[in-house]
Amino acid sequence: MLEVKDLHVTVEGSEILKGLSLTVNAGEVHAIMGPNGAGKSTLSAVIAGKDGYEVTSGSITFEGRDVLEMEIEERAQAGLLLGFQYPVEIPGVKNIYLLKAALNAQRVARGEGEIPAPEFMKLVKEKINFMKMDSSFLQRAVNEGFSGGEKKRNEILQMLVLQPKLAMLDEIDSGLDIDAMKVVAQGVNSLRDPERGILIVTHYQRLLDHVEPDVVHVLVDGRIVKSGDKDLALELESRGYDWLVEESAA
Amino acid sequence: MSEEQTFLDALKARESARDVAEPTWVAARRQAASARFEAVGFPTKRNEAWKYTDVRAIARGDFALATDAEFSRASAAALTLPLEALRLTFVDGIFSAPLSDLSELPKGVIIEPLSQALETNHEAVGAVLGRLAGVDFSPFSALNTAFAEEGAVIRFAPGTVVEKPIIIQFLSRAHERPVMSHPRVLIEAGARSEATVLEHYVGEAEAANFTNVVSEALLARGAILTHYKLQEAPLGDLHIASLHVDQGRDSRFTSFNLNLGGGLVRNDIVADLNAEGAEAQYYGLFFAQGRQHVDNHTLVNHNAPHTFSQENYKGILDDRAHGVFNGKVIVKRDSQKIEAHQNNANLLLSDRAEIDTKPELEIYADDVKCSHGATTGQLDEEAVYALRTRGIDEQTARGLLTLAFAGEVMEVVKLDAVAERVELAVAGKLPERFNLAGLVEAAVALGEE
Repeated sequence: MLEVKDLHVTVEGSEILKGLSLTVNAGEVHAIMGPNGAGKSTLSAVIAGKDGYEVTSGSITFEGRDVLEMEIEERAQAGLLLGFQYPVEIPGVKNIYLLKAALNAQRVARGEGEIPAPEFMKLVKEKINFMKMDSSFLQRAVNEGFSGGEKKRNEILQMLVLQPKLAMLDEIDSGLDIDAMKVVAQGVNSLRDPERGILIVTHYQRLLDHVEPDVVHVLVDGRIVKSGDKDLALELESRGYDWLVEESAA
Repeated sequence: MSEEQTFLDALKARESARDVAEPTWVAARRQAASARFEAVGFPTKRNEAWKYTDVRAIARGDFALATDAEFSRASAAALTLPLEALRLTFVDGIFSAPLSDLSELPKGVIIEPLSQALETNHEAVGAVLGRLAGVDFSPFSALNTAFAEEGAVIRFAPGTVVEKPIIIQFLSRAHERPVMSHPRVLIEAGARSEATVLEHYVGEAEAANFTNVVSEALLARGAILTHYKLQEAPLGDLHIASLHVDQGRDSRFTSFNLNLGGGLVRNDIVADLNAEGAEAQYYGLFFAQGRQHVDNHTLVNHNAPHTFSQENYKGILDDRAHGVFNGKVIVKRDSQKIEAHQNNANLLLSDRAEIDTKPELEIYADDVKCSHGATTGQLDEEAVYALRTRGIDEQTARGLLTLAFAGEVMEVVKLDAVAERVELAVAGKLPERFNLAGLVEAAVALGEE
């Protein structure tokens, strides 16, 4: 589904990703873990299409399409969706506006008609209840004045409404208390589907206690230095990253 | 020949061509106004009030006066706001009976063209016309007074509540030789009356006319008047307007000054809060593209204690457009316990767009609550990116954010047809999927379950 091959990326002249390769298949949950500065956020930003990241070599393909040739919005319309570590506040744009616009943009790109308002409201109502959010959220401007936990729930809400083919979650667990963590994890688990890939980028093991990954990768200094099953995450939890940093340097 | 002479000659020509004798007070005022205009001439950039606005395109113009109000019904219909309303229509300043609809005037409401009001009872008009807008207000108010023959006279008897909005529609036609018009609007709102009046400027795309309008509104005790100006004149039009408001005790005046069109636009709004409890609210939105120039000068005179004013102007400028906002508040010495708040925020969508913004507070009382703020910025690129990562294309993302910027003003607009026209213009033609019709209500209902 998603294939990253020998990806080299520089930011402001310094190389952050140094030959990263990764394959995520439909139905799999992958976790990318690593110390600060390893390039975790760079990877998700490049896949989403953020400005300021220069791909010097390597490739990213999604269902056979060259992702780097696609506009930011085309990636989302194709089903490649990023949940932000720091969701942006958008004053004046109501959540409900964003959800409807985004869903319809995706449907129109697929050649489907726009969703009728009652059907849309039913869908949103179901998802918002599932995320234990108050429906007054819909009338509020996107993320404006939201607490850290509310912003993260809102990211997952968007995922639930938009139903991407590949969901990338960048440090979705940072800044969450245990209750919010459970709700977010429940949201992520509900996204699990044989047709869908999930890519979790995280610094900590915490979220993985609730969302069991199929594959765990360790990203150190711009490269994946080790991959394994969920036990690797537990090992990292007890041993830290240093032993891998040393191993990769050796 | 001086630039002013062209206009003075046109005035003389018009006077000799006039076939009916005018009331003596009208003739005397014309003469005084023309003398005033001749003495002061067109404003230049040396005049502080006109520092940022170059009127040479008007001064050097050669404008005829329209002689008829021909306008095809179909093209007028396309320009007309789809609103249930009482309607007066002027074509290049000339009254058009066929395009007006005053068939069901409610009790206590008088709406008539100025020419007709002068014919039937000129003394009643003369008593109030020009009381607020003297010839010394600006060279343009003098020019208007010298030329004015037509316009709208609107009166509400005390206690009258008018349900339907009253629309005064000014249509501008394309001519080989452009025309000028100098309309007057006179609104007398009796005690405790309540009404909405909308001045709508619109026309044929190729038009390049000069409109110089003066409006006056007198609000008696407890009167509530909402005044809309929707200016979507053709881009070649030159548009100068002033609105003068006199407010009695406990009266409430709300102004929506919405400017989308016109090549050169200047609006002056002046409210005199003359008695306790009077309240003025100014909302403004200007959206300019290409090389449009839009200048808004507002003034609130707190002439009495316990008066309240609030102002929120938003400007959106693209391409090489130039905007001017000057918001002045004067608090007289004994006007204690007043409140005056002003805000102006501008969004520059291009590097070459320009805004000059200036709040001016002159406060001579010591127990007052006043605030003002002005900000200018660009669209938040992080927000554009965030919307795009949700599948929303870039142009639409920018449209949505621009609309969100205008939101604070637009959400107070109560006439849906007006809000829709402005939103479409501001956001570019957003596709259907951004139309929230029915969705907000549904969401509210959902919240109440």
